[in-house]
Amino acid sequence: MLEIRNLHATVDDKPILRGVDLDVRAGEVHAIMGPNGSGKSTLAHVLAGREGYVVTQGEIRYLGRDLLALAPEDRAREGIFLAFQYPVEIPGVANIYLLKAALNALRRHRGEAELDAVDFLSLVKAKLRLMEMDEALLYRAVNEGFSGGEKKRNEVLQMAVLEPRLAILDETDSGLDIDALKVVAKGVNAMRSAARAMILVTHYQRLLDHIRPDRVHVLAQGRIALSGGPELAQELESRGYGWVEAEARQPQAGVAGGQA
Amino acid sequence: MRIGPDEPCVPGLLSAYPSLAARLPGAALPWLRRRRDAAIERLAARGLPTTRDEDWKYTSVAAIARRAFGVECEAVALDEVRAMVQRHAIGGTRRLVFVDGRLVAGLSDAGRLPAGARVESLATIADEGGGDAEEWFADGADGADGFGLANEALWRDGAWIDLAPGVELDAPVHLLFVTTRSDLAVFPRNLIRVGAGARATVIEHHVGPDGAGYLSDTVTRIVLGRGARIAHTKLQQEGRKGFHVADVAAEQGQDSAFVSHAFAFGGQLARAAIATRLGAEGCEARLSGLYVGSARQHIDHHTCIDHARPRGTSRELYKGVLDEAARAVFNGRVIVRPDAQRSDALQSNRNLLLSEEAEVDTKPQLEIWADDVKCAHGATVGQLDADQLHYLRARGIGESDARALLIRAFAADALAGIEHGPLRARLESLLPGALPEAV
Repeated sequence: MLEIRNLHATVDDKPILRGVDLDVRAGEVHAIMGPNGSGKSTLAHVLAGREGYVVTQGEIRYLGRDLLALAPEDRAREGIFLAFQYPVEIPGVANIYLLKAALNALRRHRGEAELDAVDFLSLVKAKLRLMEMDEALLYRAVNEGFSGGEKKRNEVLQMAVLEPRLAILDETDSGLDIDALKVVAKGVNAMRSAARAMILVTHYQRLLDHIRPDRVHVLAQGRIALSGGPELAQELESRGYGWVEAEARQPQAGVAGGQA
Repeated sequence: MRIGPDEPCVPGLLSAYPSLAARLPGAALPWLRRRRDAAIERLAARGLPTTRDEDWKYTSVAAIARRAFGVECEAVALDEVRAMVQRHAIGGTRRLVFVDGRLVAGLSDAGRLPAGARVESLATIADEGGGDAEEWFADGADGADGFGLANEALWRDGAWIDLAPGVELDAPVHLLFVTTRSDLAVFPRNLIRVGAGARATVIEHHVGPDGAGYLSDTVTRIVLGRGARIAHTKLQQEGRKGFHVADVAAEQGQDSAFVSHAFAFGGQLARAAIATRLGAEGCEARLSGLYVGSARQHIDHHTCIDHARPRGTSRELYKGVLDEAARAVFNGRVIVRPDAQRSDALQSNRNLLLSEEAEVDTKPQLEIWADDVKCAHGATVGQLDADQLHYLRARGIGESDARALLIRAFAADALAGIEHGPLRARLESLLPGALPEAV
């Protein structure tokens, strides 16, 4: 589904990604871990098409197409969803309005009829129950005055409504207490399917106690320094990132492809 | 810019006056005639304001001064006007329609009024003798600028709304001013008196065809008795070549409430001065506004909230959305006089600039002479938020829809407090930006 080859990217002319290779197939859940500043969030933003993140080398193919040629909205319409680390507050735009506008944009793109108000509302309410969210949040402005946990749940709610092919969750676990983490994990697990791929970007292993990944990658110095199975996350939890970073600093050391 | 005495606008008005004076409403009332004569004399001496006048520093009216406007009303083609009136009518209102400065009874319907309420043509009142109106018919215009003086001398009509104590008008009064001809100057004058405990909603609405270069020079005076309340909505949709200069001033009695909404969409040069004097204890003033400009429009709002007595509360929020080479001016003056202890005043002006060339001059002007007061103000000038735009696009909403949605969201809270459903719906249809679809 997603093939990243030798991806180099800069932010404000500063090189952040320096040769990322990654393959993600439908049905798989990949975790991308790494210390602060390793480029995890940059990778997520590059996938979503954020302005200011400049790809200087390499390519990304998504469903066989050149992803980098697509505008952010076209990526979303093609099924890419980024759950933001810092969801944006949009005063004056009701949450339910955003959900409906986004869903209908996707449906129009796929040549499907827009949902009418009744069908839309029953869909959203089912997803609200999954995320254990209060219906009142639908009618508030997008993320405005939401607690940190509410914002993260709201991201997963959007994901549940939009049913992406490729979901990227950028530090969705950060700032969550254990109860909220469980709810978020439940929402994400409910969406696992053979047709859908997920990339979990996280600093800590604890999210992976609740969402078991198929593959774990460690990003260090702008490259994937190490890849392995779920047990790698546990090793990182006990040993920290220092040893991976030390190896990554060695020229050519420890570079491994996503799918070894 | 200096406006020379040889610019045609003012001399044209001065020379039209002598032959016109005998035919103006209330010509038989000596006191009214004296006021008109005095105003024309002062206009001759003073001329139109220039950018040397502090209040007009950022707004040059040279484009008005350069033009010669006629003041004679001609017969209007009612069929053409009727279509315009239909387009601008607002459901559920009592409507007075003024065409080229004068009431057209055939297009107006004030409906059945409760006892103690009068909604009439000011010209009719003047021709009938002016009632008890001498003391408030015209303000002492010593402080008035050239536009105020021209209006006082040359007004031909406007609304007279007089509510006895305790009277509540159940439906808003819609005053629709239609100017149809190029090179015409009209001088609507509205006098609104809301007695003790009475309540009214008035929509003052100015429209004209896009191709016509006319001048609409309007004055509205509002007097609120003890505990009275008025919601005054000014909706300016002049034609794109029209000039609009408006002066709205309220005088508030004890515990009264003045609620003002000012929406400015049209005109090539539009100026509105909106002032209220909290002249007794416990008054409340709520002023909100939205100005939307594009092309080379120039839109100026000068507001003044004068806390003259204790325990007054004022809340002011003006928003602007400016695209292309539009320019706006916001000057928000708040005075808290020495007597006005425990006043509470908040002012905010927020501007969204959508192009490199758009420009706004925003100036809070706080004059606080009392010590036990709460006053705060803020002004912002910004662009669309790149993070918000990206967030919407990352959810599949196209860039132009996302921009429209954010512009709309910015402007929409100017509608807060608009209670009349059909007016609200009209304003929603006029907001900049758009909702890609309704939920």
